[in-house]
Amino acid sequence: MSNTVNLTINGLEVTVPKGTTVQQAAELLGIKVPVLCYHKDLCIAGNCRVCVVEQVGSKRLLASCATPVHEGMEILTNSLAVRNARKHIIELLLSEHNADCTKCYRNGNCELQELAAEYKITNQNLIDLAQSRAYTIDAFSPSILKDDSRCIRCQRCVRTCDELQSVGALAVAHKGDHMKISTFFNKTISEVVCTNCGQCVIHCPTGALIEKNYIEEVWAAIADPSKHVVVQTAPAVRVGLGEELDLKPGERVTGKMVAALRRLGFNSVLDTDFTADLTIIEEGTELLHRLKKNLVDKDEKYKLPMTTSCSPGWVKFFEHVYPDMLLHMSTCKSPQQMFGALAKTFYAKKIGVDPQNIVSVSIMPCTAKKFEANRPEMRDSGYKDVDYVLTTRELAIMIKQAGIEFSDLPEEK
Amino acid sequence: MGKNVLKRIDLIFKHEDDCKEILQKTLNRSNDELINELIGSGLKGRGGAGFPTGLKWKLTREAAGDKKYVICNADEGEPGTFKDREILSTVPHKVLTGMAVCGRIIGATEGFIYLRGEYRYLTQTLQPEIDKFHKICDEVGLDFRVKIFLGYGAYICGEESALFESMEGKRGEPRNKPPFPTEFGYLGQPTVINNVETLAHTWTIFKYGAKKFRDLGVQDSRGSKLFSISGDTPIPGIYELELGMTVEEFVEDFGDGDTKAVQVGGASGFCVPRKKFRDIAIGYQGKLTGISLPTGGSMMLFNSSRSMYNVLHNYLEFFCEESCGQCTPCRVGTQQLLHGIRAVKRGEKPASYLDTLFALSETMKATSKCGLGQSVANSFQSIVENFREEMIY
Repeated sequence: MSNTVNLTINGLEVTVPKGTTVQQAAELLGIKVPVLCYHKDLCIAGNCRVCVVEQVGSKRLLASCATPVHEGMEILTNSLAVRNARKHIIELLLSEHNADCTKCYRNGNCELQELAAEYKITNQNLIDLAQSRAYTIDAFSPSILKDDSRCIRCQRCVRTCDELQSVGALAVAHKGDHMKISTFFNKTISEVVCTNCGQCVIHCPTGALIEKNYIEEVWAAIADPSKHVVVQTAPAVRVGLGEELDLKPGERVTGKMVAALRRLGFNSVLDTDFTADLTIIEEGTELLHRLKKNLVDKDEKYKLPMTTSCSPGWVKFFEHVYPDMLLHMSTCKSPQQMFGALAKTFYAKKIGVDPQNIVSVSIMPCTAKKFEANRPEMRDSGYKDVDYVLTTRELAIMIKQAGIEFSDLPEEK
Repeated sequence: MGKNVLKRIDLIFKHEDDCKEILQKTLNRSNDELINELIGSGLKGRGGAGFPTGLKWKLTREAAGDKKYVICNADEGEPGTFKDREILSTVPHKVLTGMAVCGRIIGATEGFIYLRGEYRYLTQTLQPEIDKFHKICDEVGLDFRVKIFLGYGAYICGEESALFESMEGKRGEPRNKPPFPTEFGYLGQPTVINNVETLAHTWTIFKYGAKKFRDLGVQDSRGSKLFSISGDTPIPGIYELELGMTVEEFVEDFGDGDTKAVQVGGASGFCVPRKKFRDIAIGYQGKLTGISLPTGGSMMLFNSSRSMYNVLHNYLEFFCEESCGQCTPCRVGTQQLLHGIRAVKRGEKPASYLDTLFALSETMKATSKCGLGQSVANSFQSIVENFREEMIY
């Protein structure tokens, strides 16, 4: 049996391996089929139906992301039937969506908005269902904000949480018109097994799941003359920031980032690299200590193997899922929190500023750090060790708000 | 009314307790012979979709899999159907025999009855019947066991792939097709899933031969069928009738003399107005039968005192609630249709808005993931088309 399949898409012939989906085959021909619930990282859902295409001879349209090719298929991706159906589906999604785009955090960066613009959905005939419904906004988590009124129920977040992260904090609840993305017993995100990793935020096509942002708080601190605002940047930020500011993805922009942070008005621009090294030294020492205690002194209280404690997402996952194995985890603080404690003790003394007037901000690649900074045990300096955590995306927003032309900045240290 | 123009058939509920003999006799025949008999009988799925049963068994038999399963779909949830409940209460051994024979043919040793959650009380009588049947299987040397799986009350779980998901402990949501159950069913294994009534008919075919079954009905719609008859009729109940009758014949027998419409196939079926009674037959689509409507057996009669707007409103409310909610056209489309007809009725939208909704229902039909979303348009379109003035005024 042949392992390839021949088909035509919009009249163009293509030969693809068996098992390829119609949408992938179209992509090979350079034909873009719009998708919403489909994401290359995730298993196929086939539930938004935006990607429907026509198979000649069939009245039903196919979800191209979920349909494997077969020999002799004749596919049309832009027939009148397809266009009409696709417009209908986008209209349906919009009718159930809080489409108050100007008040949305994802305005300008939303896949549904993009589709609506592409298909020029200007004559919304359908009844606005979103208006007549009561939606909840869950803002209890220090990391993630969930706004059900913006949700299009594509279930990308559910699949991300389950398949990629194996956490399962998000799930589908209820059916029909009450179907929604929910948590265990519809508790707030802050009360369930969520590790605050933020992967759902990355995969959400709309503004239904967003990072809890602290941009205004940081601007206020910078503007306050009585405050000394220290900023630390995690290693990952310097390679992620460029992409948000129209540079090449993955480009290292350390110098420009430092320049930008100074121009934003931070009093002191420091690097988490320093405390990352400190963490490694501390964890290394702890490991040597444990090895000696466990292997030489045969003291079972000191557990091996020892895992890192650097990532707050990992720590919370461990606490929820493997509480019986917590003694295997290093007792060291993460680099962010070591930095925070140092900023309000050693550094405060060194520059002669009262620690209560120091505002410690960190720029981090993941939303779990926001949660970590808010943990009650992270107050070793006598104050909240890290006051605000911003993600790379929030820093990029601040840079844009300040009118800084990032690509023209000099490299600073 | 009550003219008895239609012949009453008495096959399914006929009292027969020769279960062991029939099973033995059937198992003595080869698998090929049995499949040919079944295909020759012209039996099609009685859940409403009408897939040829013999072909389904044949495909599953030929499919490769570590294990195979036989599932009896007893999630009878279509509004207006109540025949499967009666079969399982009175002649469960016929269904069990059908499952066991199917198991032998396809190579399955395990079968399940997916029982609608609301039918939990049936297990009290059904379980002893299953136990008794297991003994018969042992006596005839057949390795086959049947378990009851209780559903939780969602309409969508009657859709075969959602039913598998439900049995696997997941949310009852239909899967993408292909692959079909014959290749990828319960636990990803080749699975035969048949309606209760379909399995009961196989008893008749194996006991009396395909000819007896084939002689009933018309071309492409062979055999008899159970009808759950309700609404404005003096004689509601379950009746076994030949396929191929016209709606007119049906109404003559079961109507109250003032029938204005018949809903064939429940909420997901079609509404036939009086003026079309003569032109429409009950059966599967085929060459000779002309316009024919398939049905899972739900027949609801409405007389002139009924508002078809209320009927449609009721169906749409049902669909809004019972859509699984995963795919856009079904989840949002059902809500738009419901809110839409309300808005037209209240004068908030012009009458022409019905045309907008009509086009929307076409999209739902073409793009929904499973049969539920695809069939909402059936009742919507047939009611709006035939009773437009009742929708507006």
